[in-house]
Amino acid sequence: MIQADTIVRSTCPYCGVGCQLDLHIRDNLIYRVGASFDSGPNYGLLCVKGRFGHDFLWHPDRLTTPLIRRNGHLEPASWDEALGLVADRLASIRAESGPDAIALLCSAKCTNEENYLMQKLARQVIGTHNIDHCARL
Amino acid sequence: MQAFGSGAMTNSIADITDARAILAIGTNTTEQHPVLSLRIKEAVRKHGAKLIVADPRRIGLADFAVLHLQHEAGTDLALLNGLAYIILEENLHDADYIAERTENFEAWRAVVEQYPPDKVSQITGVPVEDLVQAARIYGGNRPASIFYAMGITQHTVGHQNVLAIANLAMLTGNVGVPGGGVNPLRGQNNVQGACDVGGLPNVYPGYQRVDNEAAREKFAAYHGVPQPPPRPGLTVTEMLQAAHDGRVRALYIMGENPAMSDPDSTHVRECLEALEFLVVQDIFLNETGEMADVVLPAAAFAEKDGTFTNTERRVRLVRRALDPPGEARPDWEIIAEIARRLGAEGWDYADPAAIMDEIADVAPIYGGMSFERLEGEGLQWPCPDRDHPGTPILHVGKFSRGKGRFSPVHHQPAAELPDEEYPLMLTTGRILQHWHTGTMTRRVGGLEFLAPEELVEINPADAAALGIADRDWIRVSSRRGAVTARAWVTDRVRPGLIFMTFHFAEALGNVLTNNVIDPVAKIPEYKVCAVRVEKAEAPEMAGV
Repeated sequence: MIQADTIVRSTCPYCGVGCQLDLHIRDNLIYRVGASFDSGPNYGLLCVKGRFGHDFLWHPDRLTTPLIRRNGHLEPASWDEALGLVADRLASIRAESGPDAIALLCSAKCTNEENYLMQKLARQVIGTHNIDHCARL
Repeated sequence: MQAFGSGAMTNSIADITDARAILAIGTNTTEQHPVLSLRIKEAVRKHGAKLIVADPRRIGLADFAVLHLQHEAGTDLALLNGLAYIILEENLHDADYIAERTENFEAWRAVVEQYPPDKVSQITGVPVEDLVQAARIYGGNRPASIFYAMGITQHTVGHQNVLAIANLAMLTGNVGVPGGGVNPLRGQNNVQGACDVGGLPNVYPGYQRVDNEAAREKFAAYHGVPQPPPRPGLTVTEMLQAAHDGRVRALYIMGENPAMSDPDSTHVRECLEALEFLVVQDIFLNETGEMADVVLPAAAFAEKDGTFTNTERRVRLVRRALDPPGEARPDWEIIAEIARRLGAEGWDYADPAAIMDEIADVAPIYGGMSFERLEGEGLQWPCPDRDHPGTPILHVGKFSRGKGRFSPVHHQPAAELPDEEYPLMLTTGRILQHWHTGTMTRRVGGLEFLAPEELVEINPADAAALGIADRDWIRVSSRRGAVTARAWVTDRVRPGLIFMTFHFAEALGNVLTNNVIDPVAKIPEYKVCAVRVEKAEAPEMAGV
């Protein structure tokens, strides 16, 4: 039987129950998902999405490079160019129309640390409380 | 939440099995929180808890219930007030608890007395004897817990619905006790955490209000810059309208897909098109990303470190197990780089653990948390300091706000009800095999195999009247748009009601939904709108 190189304990990305997953990793793929009988809230149990719903991670549609719209089409670009464009446009719109002309959406699918930084970017760096996410949807 | 002083599940998943009675209202737990539903089933089958399910659809959990109240969609307030009326009349309330721990009881009672069973039965369509039985089960067994989800909140009266649930729990002394409580089930993996750390327009991290002077001073000092004016920013729905009106010129979106997830999606697309500059940061080029000026490729959950906070307020570690594809980067690195390029200082975080240390500094409910302490079973907030063990049950002995407050709330009909032109009611939700807008699950072969297409649930009586057989193609129209999908003729839905999801871009329920919102909670009324159904031809792309 093929054995995993590593087993990594993590938290399921689907619903709000927060089941603990044991990700069996080999060659940069998850080839099996288990759950520990000793860890709550799921104690060994998982639903169909938690156990079998992770193939999207290596789907060919994954974004692998920044994209910039040129002549109406999204085209690959470097990180430096994409981030530079984002910073320039946000800075110029803030200078022309004030910070409240910019709005940000953080995400119920991202981590606490990422959401914290996104609201800090809004409030400290841009200077607006226009920050929300899909909590209501 | 104004009744208790905080908005989160009051109790823990582990103490569901301590409940003697459980009321599940507006939660399709079996499909939306599957593993938690197993705890509810365990409470029923192994521990003898009496389960009441209140839902306009005959959902899976109803098979485990002693009673299923199949009330008409949008009548939850009348139902909840009606149960309180019977509990008071039969003297099942907890007078000592009410006297010691709550306020405003008499004013509330005066409103509830206007909801006798015959009137409530008329509004909700639930027989009087079922109302009486439900009140006796919930009121006569202690402890009793209430679970609810978007079936309660996604209404123009969603905020009042939540208050009505809080009233019922206080009436019976069920808040602050093991096996009891008011337990909202949060939909997304980290919707609780995104709210906790300040991803909302009205609060800083840790629910410190933006209009609170002390909070403003604290963050002005911490951020080293003056704070924005002390009024809440725009919510998602308001941002989109502001984009339409030209007041918002740029929108930066991380990991969201409003072109599909928001109500009245045709209008949403017009709003997004009106933006001068749209940045979308995601793992896939979703429907919103296709409209963007810049798209930034992000790492997915298994490709980065961090934390998620679950519906019972428990913060758990997320660990990097894979390398991200191509040049994709973790969201936290991308945001920090944009902040640095905008000239901000102090954004040189070594790793997510350092960001959590900063959250602990500024958000008192996370004050005692660190990646080191979160190893193992994590911690439940509030966890104010490094020696605090976390808090499994809120409001023990005392509510966060001091006394629990009874809030009088009246039934009001949904904003759009069926009429001659649009004679049926549409309610929306999700199914077990797919997730939200399908960005992830529709790219998982096994899940697509199990659930490849939208199936519109329609009652046999309505289907017969319209000449529709099971799996026939039908066209569903509302005042906002029309979609074509196949019918599932089933008594899961009441006569007069149909059910759709928002998983399938090719037959999107949100083309139909109404974007009218609850004025307090700002939540759209996804759960009720008026539609017309007719038999249709198979669409050309259907491939049948």
